[in-house]
Amino acid sequence: MTNNSTTDQSSLPLGEMSEGQRGNLHNYILGIADNSLILGQRLGELCGHGPSLETDIAGTNISLDLFGQVRSYFQYAAQVSGDDTVTEDTLAFMRIEREYKNVLLVEQPNTDFGYTIVRQFLFDAYHLLFLRELEKSTDETLSAIAKKSIKEVSYHWRFSSDWIRRLGDGTSESHERVQEAVTDLWMYTDELFHQTEADQAMIAEGIGVDTSKLKDIYYKMISDVLEEATLEIPVGKYFHKGGKQGIHSEHMGYILSDMQYMQRTFPNMEW
Amino acid sequence: MSIIQNIQPHLLSILESVSDPEIPVLSIMDMGVVREAIETDGIVQVKITPTYSGCPAMDVIGDDIVSAFAKAGKKAKITLVLSPAWTTDWITPRGRKALEDYGIAAPLSPEADKDALLGGKKIVKCTNCGSTETHLVSQFGSTACKALFKCDTCQEPFDYFKCLK
Ligand SMILES: [Zn+2]
Repeated sequence: MTNNSTTDQSSLPLGEMSEGQRGNLHNYILGIADNSLILGQRLGELCGHGPSLETDIAGTNISLDLFGQVRSYFQYAAQVSGDDTVTEDTLAFMRIEREYKNVLLVEQPNTDFGYTIVRQFLFDAYHLLFLRELEKSTDETLSAIAKKSIKEVSYHWRFSSDWIRRLGDGTSESHERVQEAVTDLWMYTDELFHQTEADQAMIAEGIGVDTSKLKDIYYKMISDVLEEATLEIPVGKYFHKGGKQGIHSEHMGYILSDMQYMQRTFPNMEW
Repeated sequence: MSIIQNIQPHLLSILESVSDPEIPVLSIMDMGVVREAIETDGIVQVKITPTYSGCPAMDVIGDDIVSAFAKAGKKAKITLVLSPAWTTDWITPRGRKALEDYGIAAPLSPEADKDALLGGKKIVKCTNCGSTETHLVSQFGSTACKALFKCDTCQEPFDYFKCLK
């Protein structure tokens, strides 16, 4: 992930920010980026293992879009950190588990194609709503990344919601299995709207997205598709959270050991 | 929508010699990714806009621009500009023709693109025989920018360059 180009700097006066503000912005950017990083890694695992050639290619294409977005966020986060030893690569590969801020949803395994699609569907709806708001951020760099990403994430949402309809309203087997995934992964949806200290600080600055305002729209958006797909909307009231604070599920260590292997084995390696 | 470009005329032919690594018939100028190229104090500052975020071609394009200028005895520095975001509207008419000749159907208008990719409407023209009796095989194709189609007349599969706007 090294090249000779740099991303255009925003007009954000980083120099005028206090340590605390910089820290919050840094953490805020990582919170956004880590969701895409870990989901991208999960999708990447399917490369060459998708249930069909088309879905295999789709999964890796989505993964590639997400990694591209992550690079823009990490390059910016590295700038904000004000520390020369922090780069997009160290942020991606050299942190320890507790330092990753992704939600639990995106680290859930590719149990089967139903789970993979439902995880994608539940995240894409949130991702799209989130980016539409982030586009209005007073931070020019975040706004530009959001604007660019919306176009790509719209395709992701089309893909995943289309598959929810096909599987839900498909055969009794596909219906049953996708329903199981929906019921199972539902408990990870609420965390998407959980706000950390960094989130709240950034919302107050007009930089961050007030996700609490997106919650109702989100559940309406996914419920509409689930209904169309003849699937039941879960009624469970128990939700998991913790990922945003770095408290991850048992899956996270395995993801990282795979993802970080090359950097840990050959420190500072480059492509 | 027209492109806001600021390119010094004497640098144009060098930029035109650089092509998209994944679609070699398409120059980066026809692709519409170059925003600015200005030579100051012996260094050419080139601003390019990425097509898709994760497009691995962007790094290669950056390297290729640097080496194209190096061949001409010039030093170049590449900057990625994210905003305004690249759109398929920035592909020039010559670029669209090059795509079609290469076997990739050029992007349709946003509405027609939606009809083709979501509504299943038969409007994407086969690049092999010209028939519009075609159907979408997959929204995602061999690269991030393409969808995969198949022609029901000549039975050939072909790529469609997705509209991005
Ligand atoms: Zn044909």
